[in-house]
This record gives sequence, C-alpha cells and structure tokens, in this order.
Amino acid sequence: MPMVKISIQALSLQYADGTESLRGINLDIHANAITVLFGPAGGGKSSLLRCLNRLNDLTEVRTLAGRILVDGQDILDPKTDVIALRRKVGMVFARPVVLPFSIRGNLTYGLELAGERRKSRLDEAVETSLRQVALWDEVKDRLDDPAIALSGGQQQRLCLARVLALRPEVILLDEPTSGLDPISTGKVEASLQELKRNHTIILVPHSIQQAARVADYAAFFLQGELIEYAPGADLFTAPRDKRTGDYITGRFG
Amino acid sequence: MNSKQNWQEFFIPRLIKACGYSAIVFVALIFFFLLREGLPTLVEVPLKALLDPRWYPIEEHFGILPLISGSLLVTVGAMLVAMPFGIGTAVFISEIAPRWVREILKPLIELLGGLPSVMLGFLGILVLAPFLRVFLNLPTGLTALAGSLLLGAIAVPTVVSIAEDALDAVPRGYREGAWALGATKWQTIWRVTLPAAKSGVLTAVMLGIGRSIGETMTVMMVTGNAPVLAVKLNSIFSPVRTMTATIAAEMGEVASGSVHYRVLFFIGIVLFLISLIVNISASAVIFRSKKRAERILS
Repeated sequence: MPMVKISIQALSLQYADGTESLRGINLDIHANAITVLFGPAGGGKSSLLRCLNRLNDLTEVRTLAGRILVDGQDILDPKTDVIALRRKVGMVFARPVVLPFSIRGNLTYGLELAGERRKSRLDEAVETSLRQVALWDEVKDRLDDPAIALSGGQQQRLCLARVLALRPEVILLDEPTSGLDPISTGKVEASLQELKRNHTIILVPHSIQQAARVADYAAFFLQGELIEYAPGADLFTAPRDKRTGDYITGRFG
Repeated sequence: MNSKQNWQEFFIPRLIKACGYSAIVFVALIFFFLLREGLPTLVEVPLKALLDPRWYPIEEHFGILPLISGSLLVTVGAMLVAMPFGIGTAVFISEIAPRWVREILKPLIELLGGLPSVMLGFLGILVLAPFLRVFLNLPTGLTALAGSLLLGAIAVPTVVSIAEDALDAVPRGYREGAWALGATKWQTIWRVTLPAAKSGVLTAVMLGIGRSIGETMTVMMVTGNAPVLAVKLNSIFSPVRTMTATIAAEMGEVASGSVHYRVLFFIGIVLFLISLIVNISASAVIFRSKKRAERILS
C-alpha cells in the first residue's frame, strides 16, 4: 500500500449563506498517485480542494469541522503557516488565470515572493517547469511577451508550470482542462502522468471519461457526501454503490 | 389606429430626440459663446502682456500666468492628497473591509461627494486656515496648502468610487491565482490586483484632477486670492489665486465688452481646454482598457 500523504477526517463545511457543502468526509489520499474527485456539480469537490490549501479562508465560511492531516500535520489548525502551506500544496484553476505579467514573470512571481532573488535559479526554474508541461519549445523565444497573448491551452499549461516552479509536494487541479481542446487536454494529462512520480496529484476532472482515463484512485461525491472511494480500475469497472454505477453509466448527472 | 395615437407616435419620439440632441447643442453654444467673447483678447491684448507675471487688471496688467500656476499648484497639491487617500480607501473597501463595513462606507463616501463645496470652504476658513497659521507659523492660513487639502477632500469621493469599481472588476481568479502561489494579501493587492486595475485607477485620478481644477467656491474661500506667480516649491505656503476664483470674483464687476471682460473669457477658454484635455486623456485610457478587455475575452 502506498504512503498516505493527506488524511481527511470527518471534514464538514458549511458556507455563510447556509449551503452545506461537505458532510463528514473521510478520505486518505496516497502519495505519488493521481486521485480523482468526481461527481455532479455542487457535490463539494471544489470545496474540498479549496480546503486543502486553505483558499476557503478567503470566502465566508460558517462552520468548518474535522481535520486535514498533511504529512501528519493538521492544516486546519489556526497556527498553520498558510503561506508555506500554499507553496507546498499548489493549485491550478478551471479557467486559466495568467497574472498580468510576462510569461517569465508568471513563472518567477511565486519564487520571488518566497524570497528567491538569484537570477540563475529563477532562469533554471523557468526552463525546468516549462519543460515539465511541454511548453518550453513553444515559448522559449518569447519569454518576455505578456502571458495573456498565449492561447487558452498554453495559458493553462503555463498556470500548471507556475505552480510547479514552486516545487510543491501536492498539486490540486480544479477542472484544469474544461476550456481546452482535445490536443491540449492530452498534453496536460500526459504531463500529469509524468508529474505523479514526484508529486501527489488531486484532480477534479471535467468529465467522467477523463476521470476514468487518469485515475489511480477515484472518489465519487454526491451532494456533499463521499459515496465511494476505490482504486480507479475497480471503481469504474465494478462500482459497489448503485449511485456510483448510475452516474458512471449516465443514468443521471 | 386612431388619430390621437398617430399624433403621439409622430410627436413623442421627436421630442425625446430633441432632448437628446439639446445636450450637444448646449455644449456647442457654450463653446461658441466662450470663443466669441474670449478670442478677441488675442487681438486686443498682445501675447506679451498675457504672459506678464502680474495680474493687476485695474492697471492693465493682464498676466494670466499667476492664475494658471495658482490653479496648477492647488490641483497638484490636491492630487497629492486625493491619490493616496482615494486609492487607499478604494483598496480598503474592495479588498480588506468586511462586508458590513463596506456597506456603511460606500454610501457614506458617496454622500461626501454630494456635499456642497461651500460647506467645505466654511470649514476651511473657520478651522483649517487658523490651524495651519498657528501650526506652521505662517502670516496667514489662507494659502495654496489650505486649498489643496480641501480640494483633495473634495476629489477623494470621485477617486474612491471609480477606483473601487475598477478594483471590483478585477476577476476573482487573479487574486486566487496569486494566493495559491503563496502571496500574502498585501502582496496580492500591490503586485496583482492594483496593476490589473491600473487603467481604471488612472481614470479615477484623471477625473479627480478634473474635479479639482474646475472647483471654484472652496478655493476662492480659502486660498487667499493673491495673484502671485508660484515659481518656488514653498509657494504652497503662500496665498495663490486660481483661474476659477478669478472669473467668479471679477466677472460681476467688470464692464461688459472691456479688455478685462475679454481676458476673463479668455481664461475661461484656457480652463475649458485644460479640462477637455484631462477628460480626453481619461476616456482614452478607458477606451484602451476596453479594447484590451475585448481582446482578452475573444
């Protein structure tokens, strides 16, 4: 059995407007694997992702109960260094949000915030992270162009590279390919397969097909509850819960 | 269709159209009137006289430089006050304040924007000017500094409400993207949110300048109205006179059609041109940012 990187214990979340987003979630996420969180919209997948790097701190949350252990440390503890946590647990969003800088600036921003000033280190990080997402050859001659000039697929890979430049241990991806064409999607998925050797990856896919393609482990969420959690090969071929089966075969959703 | 309806269909759209066009007509008429009354100045008064460092119309000294410098000095001073305060307040409202504070602050600041400027002038004469005189040990508190501080206060609401709209329009994703990279709240505001809202914030400052340079009543009450050419930096501590205050103070007493009368109109033209330039640069900035937004969306 691979190492457990993140252990979610009895996690419940309710937003300030009264909507209940997560109910008593228990989930162990394994290191060096792709864990897929899937299910219909409003199931709590994104909310769970945003708990894992404490981005939910910035929305109005009424109650947040339970524990999330990352390497054995409870990150919901108020004493947690949130900034350090977000560097360790990086996140890529559904819509690529390149920051209003150059391509290079997008990649070095996080490192500069972390205090890295040496140009050689920054240049090295730019090249390494761009190579990891197969973007280096496409942009190496125009690193100082505004990042907004890239195509949607390139922007999303840039956002992934930006997170990688920080050398995170865990990468959270919230429907990272929802706005991309199949070729770009394929490139991102291929990058993920490479990346899982050194990283723990948690992905909210934009389709069941994608979930089935990439999942080492899969968790099915329905209206804030975790219905079923199993290795991807088992869950997509022989689901134990009837609701999982119905969703996978397209009876609802 | 009966004849009454016919009549309405014919008449009402034309009436509405006339209302719409009348705005253009009025601006054109005002401009025409200004030009007709003011432009003969250039014939009657030699250019050299207009550039005289003295404004003393009784003795035929029509130098408008002291007035222009007075207006510019007070406006620059006002912007030095209004920019940090206005942008700071906008950042606080849109990025930092909890929701209930925001809901109190926003209408309050808009209320401040609607305050008649003569009230602020009142405050300036009774409170600010005596305070400045004692605090800075000046012969009089009625100085460019007093005008700048009050004009700054007048421009702040304009700057705040437009800058706040611009910050609000920055996609939430920008902030989350920066946070997710380990930026603190302040780093996000300074390096991401403000630069992303740059053009809107610039527009806010431009309109603030426009608001300040056209303001009349307050500056007339608190700047001391001495038409002295402001050349040194410490002119901020002495009385000045602005273009607007000059027109307001002297127009009522001048003989219609006299040289003095024409020069006052000429000052009006200069003022009109300055605010035109400020407004055009503001809308140029807006136009550019719109085009950029369209490019991003497409």
